[in-house]
Amino acid sequence: MIKDASTAGLSPQKPAGQASAVSTSSPKIVEPTIFDLSSPGRIGVTMPASDVPETALPPKHLLRSELPLPELAEVDVVRHYMHLSKFNYSVDSGYYPLGSCTMKYNPKINEDTCRLPGFLFTHPLQPTETVQGNLVVMYQLQEWLKEISGFAGMTLQPAAGAQGEFTGVLIMRAYHQSRGDMNRTKMLIPDAAHGTNPASVGMMGMTVVTIPSDSRGNVDLQALEAACDDTVVGMMLTNPNTLGLFDENIEKVVALVHGCGGLMYGDGANMNAMLGIVRPGDLGFDVMHFNLHKTFSVPHGGGGPGVGPVGVAAHLVDFLPEPLVGKLEEGDDDTAPLFGFVKPAKSIGRMKAFHGHFGGGFVRSFTYIAMHGPDGLKDIAQYAVLNANYLLARVRHTYRIPFDRICMHEFVAEGQFEGSDVRALDISKRLMDYNFHPPTNYFPLIVREALMIEPTETENKDTLDAFADALIKIAEEAKTQPELLHNAPSTTQFGRMDEVKAARELVLCCWLPEGYDLNA
Amino acid sequence: MTYIPTSPHEREDMLKTIGVKSLDDLFEAVPAKHRFPELDLPPALTEMEAMAELSGLAQSNENVRGDLISFLGAGMYNHYIPSVVDHMVRRGEFYTAYTPYQPEISQGTLQAIFEYQSLMSALTGMDVSNASHYDGATATAEAVSLAYAQFRGKRKKVIMSPSVHPQYRAVVHTYAQGMGVEIAGETEADASSDSEALLSQVDDNTCLLVVQYPDFFGRVYDYTKLIEGAHAKGALVCVVANPTALAMFKSPGEMGADIVVGDGQPLGIPMWFGGPSVGFFTTRKNYVHKMAGRLVGETIDNRGQRAYVLTLTAREQHIKRERATSNICTNQGLLALATAIYLSVLGKKGLQQVANLCYQKAHYAARELTKISGYRLPHHEPFFHEFVLECPGPAANINEHLLEHGILGGYDLGQDFPERKNHLLIAVTEMNSKADIDVLAEVLLEMNND
Repeated sequence: MIKDASTAGLSPQKPAGQASAVSTSSPKIVEPTIFDLSSPGRIGVTMPASDVPETALPPKHLLRSELPLPELAEVDVVRHYMHLSKFNYSVDSGYYPLGSCTMKYNPKINEDTCRLPGFLFTHPLQPTETVQGNLVVMYQLQEWLKEISGFAGMTLQPAAGAQGEFTGVLIMRAYHQSRGDMNRTKMLIPDAAHGTNPASVGMMGMTVVTIPSDSRGNVDLQALEAACDDTVVGMMLTNPNTLGLFDENIEKVVALVHGCGGLMYGDGANMNAMLGIVRPGDLGFDVMHFNLHKTFSVPHGGGGPGVGPVGVAAHLVDFLPEPLVGKLEEGDDDTAPLFGFVKPAKSIGRMKAFHGHFGGGFVRSFTYIAMHGPDGLKDIAQYAVLNANYLLARVRHTYRIPFDRICMHEFVAEGQFEGSDVRALDISKRLMDYNFHPPTNYFPLIVREALMIEPTETENKDTLDAFADALIKIAEEAKTQPELLHNAPSTTQFGRMDEVKAARELVLCCWLPEGYDLNA
Repeated sequence: MTYIPTSPHEREDMLKTIGVKSLDDLFEAVPAKHRFPELDLPPALTEMEAMAELSGLAQSNENVRGDLISFLGAGMYNHYIPSVVDHMVRRGEFYTAYTPYQPEISQGTLQAIFEYQSLMSALTGMDVSNASHYDGATATAEAVSLAYAQFRGKRKKVIMSPSVHPQYRAVVHTYAQGMGVEIAGETEADASSDSEALLSQVDDNTCLLVVQYPDFFGRVYDYTKLIEGAHAKGALVCVVANPTALAMFKSPGEMGADIVVGDGQPLGIPMWFGGPSVGFFTTRKNYVHKMAGRLVGETIDNRGQRAYVLTLTAREQHIKRERATSNICTNQGLLALATAIYLSVLGKKGLQQVANLCYQKAHYAARELTKISGYRLPHHEPFFHEFVLECPGPAANINEHLLEHGILGGYDLGQDFPERKNHLLIAVTEMNSKADIDVLAEVLLEMNND
């Protein structure tokens, strides 16, 4: 099973960190992989000896001949992952103004509550009377999210925002079909939408009709009206939208979509700006997903897990995925209420195995909401919006703002300057030299060289000022020393990547070094 | 309490710079009649109070590390997780990082995922792995999407073995709505996974055959011939595998599988009442362009250093939008990291030891339990760490009795298979001591004598 190590670019003899001549055939290894570090016969963890009488192994033809996994001592593993951790930028180490991602501070207490043994070591199929504490967490979180968003029903099951969207679209489809309304196949999606919106619709075999934005960054009402007919499933709208703007005609948009029998889907990616400000359910939205990993401080974890609960208005409650947590018996002074799982009458089915991202998701968000209360949640939105508008005020004279009005939790600037070949990408990479994570770039697609900036509420004025100063300085550098930007970053451990080589050569895994003794 | 660092003085300075008088002035675009709703939520707790409340809720559960002896598995398993795993996962540099879209400052996450991909490829015996899916069930649904896309929708049938986890089958049904896929093969509830009956349903309209290894009832089959048979009819085969079992049993790659998926929870992830875990997805090189999810590839940076980037992103939703075959845009990053650390620190020998302990203890349990009158094994195929125990009465009643003695019995198969209401699915791992197993046998014996 040993693959040719040279194809994976391995050079196992080379000690860690030692420089070698720059060439494509033997790249410099900054940190070897765990496969490079493996040494035959090394042991990390020893398991206890068996305490039961021995049973013969099954017939040989069923057994594995070799298991090509690495062999390391515990200290090797710790040093390796410590080295790797140092190559990462993170919220704990610095400012992360990624638009639409809500990279807020992740409170440390959440890490402790979600690891309480009663949560860690419970099995999802235990009898419900043995896990009432877990069910209280889930029930309470369902109720709190309903109250925050103004919806009648809530499922916690979806594993991420994208799966929440898919859940929502399935519910919309099931609703129309239950009414015998079988000809609805078109989903209206604004041009500023996240890519997951059309992808969720594509998974259902529906077609996407793109609705343009008007000059103030709102949904173009005329275009919307023209698209509204009896083939419309509904509209998927992010509000505030990905320009960071609250749609000034939101009630008209909702009325138009409802007027043709369609349903309003809310993409809750930007819910951080709406906590205690307005409830999507009150605005007439029928379905919405939350991103608990954005709004309610579940850490992003280097790309997951997410958590994507979905709220629905009263007429869609029966279609929610199974199971939900219900209160089966009311309590009284002497007995606690009894919680259990319930299946909605016309459920679209199950989105994933078991009950959702309980430990890493629900417990952290429960802790966060409990510690904020109604006033604290409103503070989150107000300060997130304050910070975004403050940054906008600081940079609007340096960077062109295509849709310039009071923004919500984020805004979008153009990362280009007249007479300069500097692009948004260069500005982003140069920000790394100032020890900032870049904003989201090249999104939304309707802004040229977009830089999408979301400060969140957990940054102080000093950080915002330092970031604004860096952006202004970089704009100056773009004119005077553009090569600084083209070559950036220069102060980080790693420089710009050869993306073409990665896609062309497609080395997606490594193996134990050539000649490795698998039977030591 | 909140985590907002801005002082009142700073706030006033900022409002002045913006040119508005108050925070409320920033929200005039919001319809006035719906603006600033009074939320009916409990008042804020301090950290100390929150910890007390959450501790109380956690303690009101009966957990399997002190309160209960557990023989429950059915897709989620009680394994030992070495300390080092959580110590590393709790590094803020890992868990508070975003998706590694900026590779210059995300090499920690990227290399860790590359190593996760390598480990999963090695374990399953396949060419490539993606950066992970939500769980084993959704990974199975993504396998269906891959197979459907591979034949460009011309083969519309998916044969699901009746012995695939019922919840995985349910998720595949959910995902298939609107896809135009027909799911077949599930009707013979007691069929063995390796049966001719399963193969006989594979025809030239079949894009995928899905089997589980060991199957939901714990049975281990060599699927080599079944896979050959399906290939002869042009269909792809997906094997849903338990990763711990792969340390002992022949890899699905060696059997010729096209796609191997499963839940990585047994590899260093706590049960956490069902999630989050990690769904692994490995396949052959030919299918890499049809595979959903993130993918990390090796490259070099402009300083000649070996480095890693997200690659083949043109497959993904943010580029392909409605033409993408999946809308997935996260992976289970932190849990993939936990899995990589677990496999690194256990290594070849450690994982083999875990698998052997599971095997030994499960077989001891099966022997002891079938010594009790009325209890027998309805299946005779080899098994790994889980087996069906036929009981003298309804499994539900037996579980109730066991719980009174502090034992979490097996999974009551009658919940999904009406004809199996006397069948318990018993899981035994390295966490179960001989004493635990003996107690289970004693309680069942006493129950007979009552």
